[in-house]
Amino acid sequence: MCQGRQAFVLLANGTLLKGIFMKLRIRNCLVALTAAALLAHLPSTGRAEDLLITGAGATFPFPLYSKWFSDFQKADPTTKINYQSIGSGGGIRQLQEKTVDFGASDAPMTDEQMAKSPAPVVHLPMVLGAVVITYSLPDFNSDVKISPELLSDMFLGKITNWNDPRISSLNPTLKFPNKPLLIVHRSDGSGTTAIFTDYLAKVSPEWKEKVGSGAAVKWPTGLGGKGNEGVTGIIKQTPGAIGYTELTYALANQMPVASLKNQSGEFVKPSVESVTAAAAGSVKVIPEDFRVSITNSVGKGAYPISGFTYILVFQTMKNPKAQAFKKFLDWSMGEGQKSAPSLHYSPLPKELVAKVQKRIGELKAE
Amino acid sequence: MSTLWQKDIHRGDRLFQFVLRACAIAAMVLLLFMVVNLGYRSWPAFKVFGLKFFVSSDWDPVNDQFGVVSFVYGTLVSSALALLIAVPVSVGSALCLTELAPRRISAVLGFLIEMLAAIPSVVYGLWGIFVLAPLMRETVQPFLGKYLGWIPLFSGPAYGVGMLTAGILLAIMIIPTILSISREVFFAIPRAQREAALALGATRFETLWIAVVKSSVSGLFGASVLGLARAFGETMAVTMVIGNRAEVAVSLFAPGQTMASVIANEYAEATTDIHLAALGAVGVTLFLVSWLINSTARAIVSRSERRGGAGGR
Repeated sequence: MCQGRQAFVLLANGTLLKGIFMKLRIRNCLVALTAAALLAHLPSTGRAEDLLITGAGATFPFPLYSKWFSDFQKADPTTKINYQSIGSGGGIRQLQEKTVDFGASDAPMTDEQMAKSPAPVVHLPMVLGAVVITYSLPDFNSDVKISPELLSDMFLGKITNWNDPRISSLNPTLKFPNKPLLIVHRSDGSGTTAIFTDYLAKVSPEWKEKVGSGAAVKWPTGLGGKGNEGVTGIIKQTPGAIGYTELTYALANQMPVASLKNQSGEFVKPSVESVTAAAAGSVKVIPEDFRVSITNSVGKGAYPISGFTYILVFQTMKNPKAQAFKKFLDWSMGEGQKSAPSLHYSPLPKELVAKVQKRIGELKAE
Repeated sequence: MSTLWQKDIHRGDRLFQFVLRACAIAAMVLLLFMVVNLGYRSWPAFKVFGLKFFVSSDWDPVNDQFGVVSFVYGTLVSSALALLIAVPVSVGSALCLTELAPRRISAVLGFLIEMLAAIPSVVYGLWGIFVLAPLMRETVQPFLGKYLGWIPLFSGPAYGVGMLTAGILLAIMIIPTILSISREVFFAIPRAQREAALALGATRFETLWIAVVKSSVSGLFGASVLGLARAFGETMAVTMVIGNRAEVAVSLFAPGQTMASVIANEYAEATTDIHLAALGAVGVTLFLVSWLINSTARAIVSRSERRGGAGGR
């Protein structure tokens, strides 16, 4: 670099060259600064005993996990956790191919997937998510109430206008416009769609028979938007549109959300608390391996379209990663649960935290 | 000294030749690897569905039913729409930029239009949702529906998003490609050819038509094929505005879905093996359709050249 600069000084007799020379000097300064910054950073991350644990999976908990991993690294600087949000399906596949140390998924693995797994997989619920019904009706600020039957008939294409008497009979105080009702759904395969269709299949036999449930389904009607932003984009731009998104996304963007009738007959507005209540109401029916759908929960004040998001690990992990990751999992059930609501994620109910902690304690290291 | 120097040149030449050959072979090997890998991954789907995969439009991941027709239709129609709009616009503005506009303005405008090619497609997609789709729903589609609604192509409810919107967005995205190549094609035409036309008493318009446009047909064709290739493969922007519905609908207002967008939509969350294989099979179909269209285009160009068109390049 120095030789080059001398050569430049020898050659530089015109103003243009001097200008270039100045630029080069500035660039050299930047390079030096960057290098210095990198060097200054090295002692904290480059030590030999530092551990890098990698994971991949669901996109839904990604904002929370990024916060968790960086908070945890502050608490325990020797462990670095790297997470790629490639989708639940990809997370399960990568775990089974053992290219990552842990996976993450919004839906529990199926029995078929468990059978194909190279080693026993443990499901650990981390937090809860929910799916909300959002809509756009101009000059309409009130909350709409929806029953499970009404919801499934809307998504089956049986209710095509907002002035349908079945909508107004649930909302006697509201006046609905004569507007075509347009369904908007996710076009990309998604855990959000999986939870939503799982709920519809539980409350409507017709939905179960005609459509079924899964991350991607054959929708009877409506338009598809890619991602939460695609769905809300179409809903916001189309008066009369109705669709579903994640609770976290709806809360962060202050979108109108519908109250939904739960099994106890209450109309419940989706919120961090009502989603935790859904898990609390289901604690008795949650099996030992946590692989369960808690949609349509019986709990009091429970919002019915709720579900867990899981971290998936092998029953036996290798040391020293096993020990470090168990430390993180313990942390996630303590500190982690406390910071979840700030990002609109619902923490697990206390009874369940104790069960998950017990399960974490049973993970083996070799 | 001098022989050594020359020898070095020859050695350099040989090295250069070797490097170039390696590059060419690498490209071919890569393509071969892609075909083999794609074939391997999609094989289970072809084994289960056979030729039915190419004639069925039923796409139902829950019940493991897969057919590609609606996606092929979506890709072909949206790309055809895009070409229909983009080719006249690009060729027209390329003509204007090379033949009519002052040099300075032409350089600035040309640069600005080529900048369009550098915009990421997700930005086009978001612009499509928030600007283009409302415009389509409130103004363009009602207008078309009112005056041309008797044609089935322009019937049905105006959602804003749909095949027509996707076609228009794609057209905007491929205009820079077609435009910049057409511009090069027009630049390559010798000045003498234009002067000859003028000297024979042609008007300005006739000069443009006979000396410039007619003699660059095959070059323009090539430009359009490149634009079409981009439209075929475009994923993100189209996915955001096409409405993502796996069905064959006559109306251009109706939602549709393309081969590229169904792969982008469903690959990450596909969990069953047959679903993954079916998405691979959609990739194979996309490969076949692009290949078919490309080779047809090539055949047409070479035929028109043999018939005596001068060729722009």
